[in-house]
Amino acid sequence: MNREELARRILELVTEIAPDVDAATVIPGIDFRDQFDFDSMDTLNFAIALHRELGVDVPEADYAKLASLDKCVGYLSPRLN
Amino acid sequence: MLSEFRLPALGADMDDGTILEWHIVPGASVKRGDVVAVVETDKGAIDVEIFMDGIVREIVVAPGTRIPVGTVVALIETEDAAAAPVATLAGESGGEGLTPAAAPAPAEEGRREGGSTAAPSDRLKISPAARRRARALDVDVAALHGTGPGGAITVEDVEQARAAPKPSPTPTPPPPPTPAGAGEGGGMRDAIAAAMSRSKREIPHYYLSTTVDVTATTEWLTAHNAAVPVTQRLLFAALLVKSIALACRELPGFSGFHREGRYEDSPAVHVGVAVALRGGGLVAPAIMDTADKPLTTLMDDFRALVTRARAGRLRASELAAPTIILTSLGEASVDAVFPIIQPPQVAIVGAGAIAERPWVVDGKVVPRQLLTLSLGADHRVTDGRLGAQFLARIAARLLEPASL
Repeated sequence: MNREELARRILELVTEIAPDVDAATVIPGIDFRDQFDFDSMDTLNFAIALHRELGVDVPEADYAKLASLDKCVGYLSPRLN
Repeated sequence: MLSEFRLPALGADMDDGTILEWHIVPGASVKRGDVVAVVETDKGAIDVEIFMDGIVREIVVAPGTRIPVGTVVALIETEDAAAAPVATLAGESGGEGLTPAAAPAPAEEGRREGGSTAAPSDRLKISPAARRRARALDVDVAALHGTGPGGAITVEDVEQARAAPKPSPTPTPPPPPTPAGAGEGGGMRDAIAAAMSRSKREIPHYYLSTTVDVTATTEWLTAHNAAVPVTQRLLFAALLVKSIALACRELPGFSGFHREGRYEDSPAVHVGVAVALRGGGLVAPAIMDTADKPLTTLMDDFRALVTRARAGRLRASELAAPTIILTSLGEASVDAVFPIIQPPQVAIVGAGAIAERPWVVDGKVVPRQLLTLSLGADHRVTDGRLGAQFLARIAARLLEPASL
């Protein structure tokens, strides 16, 4: 999966766990929390989705590294390839 | 006998709804707990369950019609008179809520999910944003083909459909319902305003708060979450919900309903959780039978509930069932909440942010993780002394997370 495909996949997962977020409006460099009030429940659901869909286990201590689309791609890329 | 199925209560001060779609047709058999219709309300689209067994004889109200709670929407052929209580329950207008006994048992959940009349996969997959856009543009979403994840209809699909000519003219289109969760001036704001105004008008609130050193609990939680698979991780709020439920069991006067001048404790404890919606507004659906659930099950239900609340896919019973509510504003970084009771309930628990602050332990000032719990309670039912005991019991439970 290249970075573009990964970003698209992450966006799919974000809108799956947060169905009230419109994928087209997500700005890659801004934290999900600041864009659409991502909270601890969203973050947990996101971690579960990453585990289920991509097979990546993100420890709680690393949640901050998943804060935005850009950060997600940076964190997940080396763990997938 | 022929029984009337009426639009049930949809939660506090929601007096009407619009049938969006039916999951049943005349001749279909229905079982108690089946989701039979989707109703648009001020708090989003809500799945409405039926509370009788039988055969559908007639659909009385067509999709698109806005009707008050208590309206007969379908006629059901039932085998005996067992359906009689349904009429009373549903006829209780003014959104006073379902009686807890009428709420479906958790054991029914699985069956309902797999029920032939209401498989969730049969539903129209559409984001609330797209649904709002469709309403604004007068696009019939049922006729659309979704291109989003899992075939979901996206805002783009709606806009493209708008650009294309309509397949057939709609005879007398229904007036568009007020957008749910549309923020300022939306229908949800009206619903919240009505419920809270009534609360402040009718309920003599008293407020208490207590600060709890939850350092040991947060440490337990961190260790627990590091040791279990990601699917079994817990949020602090889940511990709080369970602690509240257990405290309700121990102390009467906080979990129940005040109706027609009289308070009654609810035999079942259904803790509602206030969920803020991204479009503005909030809903407080219940985690059913909260006190009886192991933490992992409770957390699974909590997660599913929040996701469905934000997707606008709650069930009528979940909105009407809460016997007490937790409002947690920890994410908003406030120290404490002074919560307003949602009638006909008589108590609401608030939680602020957990923060590291100076605290005195054994005569020394040390940094500890502190949480301020608060209680808004009804003076017609309890006094501050009992309220203080109630908060203390919640705190005591919270400090023994392994026993939750």
